Amino acid sequence: MSGVNGFMYPNEVALQWSVLIVLYPYITGLVAGAFILASLVRIFHVEAVRPTYRLALLTALAFLIVAPLPLQLHLGHPERSPEMYFTPHSTSAMAMFGFVYLWYLMAVLVFEIWLDYRQEIVLLSQSTTGWRRLLYRLMTLGSNNISERSLAIDERVGWFVTLVGIPSAFILHGYVGFIFGSIKANPWWNSPLMPVVFIFSAMVSGIAAVMLLYMLTTKLRKVAIDMQCVDTIAMYLFYIFILDFSLEMLDLIHRVYEADESFRSLNFMVHTRLYFSQIVLQIFLGTLAPILLLGITQVTKLAPAIRKRIYVVAGCLVQVGIFAMRWNVVIGGQLFSKSFLGYTTYKMTLITREGLFVAIALTILPLIILWVLLRLLPPWPHPPLPAVAPAD
Amino acid sequence: MINLKDTGHLFRFALLFVIAFVVFLIIRHFVVPKSFGEYGHYRGAAITEIAARPIHFAGHEACEACHIDVLDVKKTGKHAGVHCEACHGPLADHANDPSIVPAKLDTAVLCVRCHAASAAKPKGFPQVAAADHSNGLPCETCHQPHSPGLVPATAPGGAK
Amino acid sequence: MLPAAAIAWKYVLAGTPEQSPNYTTDEHWWSMLIDIPKCIGCGNCVRACQAENDVPDGNFRTWVERYHVDDWKMENPEVISPDGGKEGFPAATDESGKYFFVPKMCNHCADSPCTQVCPVGATFITPDGVVLVDQTYCLGCAYCVQACPYGCRYIHPTKKVADKCTLCYHRITKGLTTACCESCPTGARQLADLKNPNDPIHEFLKTHEVQILKPQMATGAKVFYNELDGSVR
Repeated sequence: MSGVNGFMYPNEVALQWSVLIVLYPYITGLVAGAFILASLVRIFHVEAVRPTYRLALLTALAFLIVAPLPLQLHLGHPERSPEMYFTPHSTSAMAMFGFVYLWYLMAVLVFEIWLDYRQEIVLLSQSTTGWRRLLYRLMTLGSNNISERSLAIDERVGWFVTLVGIPSAFILHGYVGFIFGSIKANPWWNSPLMPVVFIFSAMVSGIAAVMLLYMLTTKLRKVAIDMQCVDTIAMYLFYIFILDFSLEMLDLIHRVYEADESFRSLNFMVHTRLYFSQIVLQIFLGTLAPILLLGITQVTKLAPAIRKRIYVVAGCLVQVGIFAMRWNVVIGGQLFSKSFLGYTTYKMTLITREGLFVAIALTILPLIILWVLLRLLPPWPHPPLPAVAPAD
Repeated sequence: MINLKDTGHLFRFALLFVIAFVVFLIIRHFVVPKSFGEYGHYRGAAITEIAARPIHFAGHEACEACHIDVLDVKKTGKHAGVHCEACHGPLADHANDPSIVPAKLDTAVLCVRCHAASAAKPKGFPQVAAADHSNGLPCETCHQPHSPGLVPATAPGGAK
Repeated sequence: MLPAAAIAWKYVLAGTPEQSPNYTTDEHWWSMLIDIPKCIGCGNCVRACQAENDVPDGNFRTWVERYHVDDWKMENPEVISPDGGKEGFPAATDESGKYFFVPKMCNHCADSPCTQVCPVGATFITPDGVVLVDQTYCLGCAYCVQACPYGCRYIHPTKKVADKCTLCYHRITKGLTTACCESCPTGARQLADLKNPNDPIHEFLKTHEVQILKPQMATGAKVFYNELDGSVR
């Protein structure tokens, strides 16, 4: 058997869940994390990060739109996926997906964005022409009421939606962790900590992603960056990362100490097949290095230019690290035999439906969608819109 | 009294949900298979569909219905517990239409599968190192497969 | 007077197998008994299963493992299963330690983790105790494959749905035995109906030391192994 060391049950040799299943929790993680950053403004009144509020919501939306795609491409019969809506099996965590996704998309994210942008939407529906006018008119749902009272009501309702949105975001991403964590057959996955670790690493990746996008968009727009905003984001990123790292270390130490029947096999796997992605990419480059870099900015006083560079480097390393974490969970969980007597290899294909090129395309697609959203619903403060503006 | 003025847009948004839900219920009514839920959370008709799959092994009772002579030889020998198709392979086609003649068996491959000596096999199980055992002669030279025990030279007659 | 199987066969030929008399699901609770000391690793069962059920090459609804346990080293057995044991095993020459063969298959668990995790209800346990996959309903998400502790499931390479041992449901509902039991030359595999008071398994369970695979998983596995060594994974 090519790629197999030792003994594997014959049906275990080929991996079932590919890089697309690695990508899915990475994407929903970004969604949840971006939303948490937005909720810092709305619920926790961290005004310093308000410049990223709308950007964070739009980022979450762009990634959420793409989120079902890796799952659909992975299914043997994607045309049957509506069955999850029509006959969901109540004992299956995966059956929740359709409902949680729809709830989060429509009742949280789209609702909140709509409420926050409603004034601009109504004004744009009157000031633009052509297909844009039609689009904005559709988005108004036929109501042109942007009186002060209606906007005040939007504000109250929006606050409530964000409040509900926080546990919703945790469920959206936490249930993925539960899908893995509740499988007693797989000791690499089986842990009550799994949903918690997923959520915290999601917050880290999402917050870092919005930070990077904010820095990128300010650079592309050639406007001055709000350093207090970026510094505050970096601070939250740093502390949440400490929590995330502590949880992952707790899991690791617990495993090493307990050394149950699976330990020897898993330990060998981490030192061989998973060494580069787990030790090098996830732990050193993806966690320790950004924590160190961010820590430096927290305890020393550095010039803004240097801080910015550190934030960019740390933010990028975080993305690598959190993606590696998803890889190590999903792929790592399938590299060893459930007999604990052998290992296989993941032969990632390039151009097939579940191959590397598709994974790359699905990572770029949300950025394209975000670009479109930023054009349609600009998050940056405008000069006040006149009642009827000249054609765009 | 709650003042509902200026909340019209919220009701419009909620209406989207109501419409979507109603459409969902209608589609669901037509799409969910009728037998779903009959015995549990699955399509009940699947049970009979799976039970109707084609059969390839006839089962030894079907063979014995016709091949009584072979059964008589077999039932007193060492292979009494070995069912027909264990050696002859799936023969439901032949049981269905006896004019379909099954392929001839090659004892050089067949007997060796069970009886080739190996340290891994149970100690009491009859096994031989084929090369040493028969000098290349086919197994049926000395062993009748349906009753493979060798007849001792001094015994009067024997199973054949 | 034709035997029950032959009666059932007439209904199969007529294209209405479900009308074959003498089968009510409530009267049966299927299981299997595997007698380790009797298994000689001939691979008949693997080949028969493939022939009966069109199992694709490279996947296995049943397979045989060969264990070699050296002295007291129970936690480090040497295990091989060349092509699932389909063409038997190469002759073992190392006389030290002990060897034995372990046929494996779906355990048709009474509390199966695979049916628990299926998001749409495509895999289920029948009222007579057989875990089946509805291949016209399965999405091919492979969650059940991940959840099975025994590695008995796979995704069919062309149908793209979950597949596994069906305990030859299409045979046992007609009074026939499974293909693997039919072709086993030593009687190491025996189909058993736990609801049948006359089934020999009841006496066997009373008089022998019997195990199931991975009892700590609490799956309610219904494939019973006689004299299963503690080194078996």
